Amino acid sequence: MRLLTHNMLQCHVKSCNDPALNFPLQFQEVELEQIEAEENEALLLNLVGKIDWPALVQTTSELGITGLPPTKPDVVKNDPALMKRLHEILLETNVAQGKMVCRGCGHSYPIKDGIPNMLLAEHEI
Amino acid sequence: MASYLPTPDLSHLKSADYHNVYEPAEDSFLLLDALELEAPFLNDQLQPRWCLEVGAGSGIVSTFLAGQVLGSRAVDFGTCFVVTDLNPRALPVTQATWARNGLALHRLHCIQTDFIRGWRPAAQGFDVLVFNPPYVVTSPEEVGSQPRGRGGIDGRQVIDQFLPIVPTILSDRGVFYLVLIEQNRPQEIISIMRDQYGLLGSIVAQRKAGIEYLYIVKFSRDTSTT
Repeated sequence: MRLLTHNMLQCHVKSCNDPALNFPLQFQEVELEQIEAEENEALLLNLVGKIDWPALVQTTSELGITGLPPTKPDVVKNDPALMKRLHEILLETNVAQGKMVCRGCGHSYPIKDGIPNMLLAEHEI
Repeated sequence: MASYLPTPDLSHLKSADYHNVYEPAEDSFLLLDALELEAPFLNDQLQPRWCLEVGAGSGIVSTFLAGQVLGSRAVDFGTCFVVTDLNPRALPVTQATWARNGLALHRLHCIQTDFIRGWRPAAQGFDVLVFNPPYVVTSPEEVGSQPRGRGGIDGRQVIDQFLPIVPTILSDRGVFYLVLIEQNRPQEIISIMRDQYGLLGSIVAQRKAGIEYLYIVKFSRDTSTT
């Protein structure tokens, strides 16, 4: 699972609806790996349009990944160094194993062989 | 109707794999044909940035959409593909099918979930949505997903759960391709989508295959009233 995917996911347990807590999910016991990917400006700009920047900054900081400005620059495209860093973070940083834990209700979503499991039990939906 | 774009290479999948994921059949191939017919619209008009397939299965459909229908245009558009499946065994198979067909995996995002649950609402807005649902008519007790979904009463139980989600996840210009059979009552589904969700549906492909009469229905937002 790329870090990008994490930025798109939130806790969806029915009783857990505090937007301040159900996103971003907190990584725990993660195994990270870098997998080289071909750079693609159009793809990256497309992703930048969709990501939640504060959540990305918080998550990377918790993982010890550096190199992102605390606020989203107005124009990302004109900063080649930032574009390269975003590529490395969003598309090349892979979470092989671990879990994502909700800061609100504590629900834990496992990541196995790079695939996040967002399924809930019947009573949690 | 002949298919001119090559069908994805699935030679890496063995019969044992098809105990775990749905083996592509006439419904899958009709969906591929429909997407091929839609290729000019998808490439020239829609130019999708975000595509979602619910029920990734073998990966044949997402591979065909990414590799054959959009092809190198997907790279130009910066298209991102999201696939989901309830079945954890389907997603590694989909990844393998992408890799087998030479597609870059960093553009594919696999999530084990029900429909697209867990995707945050603010990040929704898919330009292409594809769903080949469990449509087969079975007893309600049999509703399930593996390896080929059973659809319960009228084959509609899973479909009817998904319909209300569609307008919430489709982008303003997004299109939704849905596989149905006659017993699902496609015209009734088209009416529901129009009257309840403001989505206009039309049949883009249909074919009799054995005992099934298959349809591919395309839905998009009704912009005539805005």
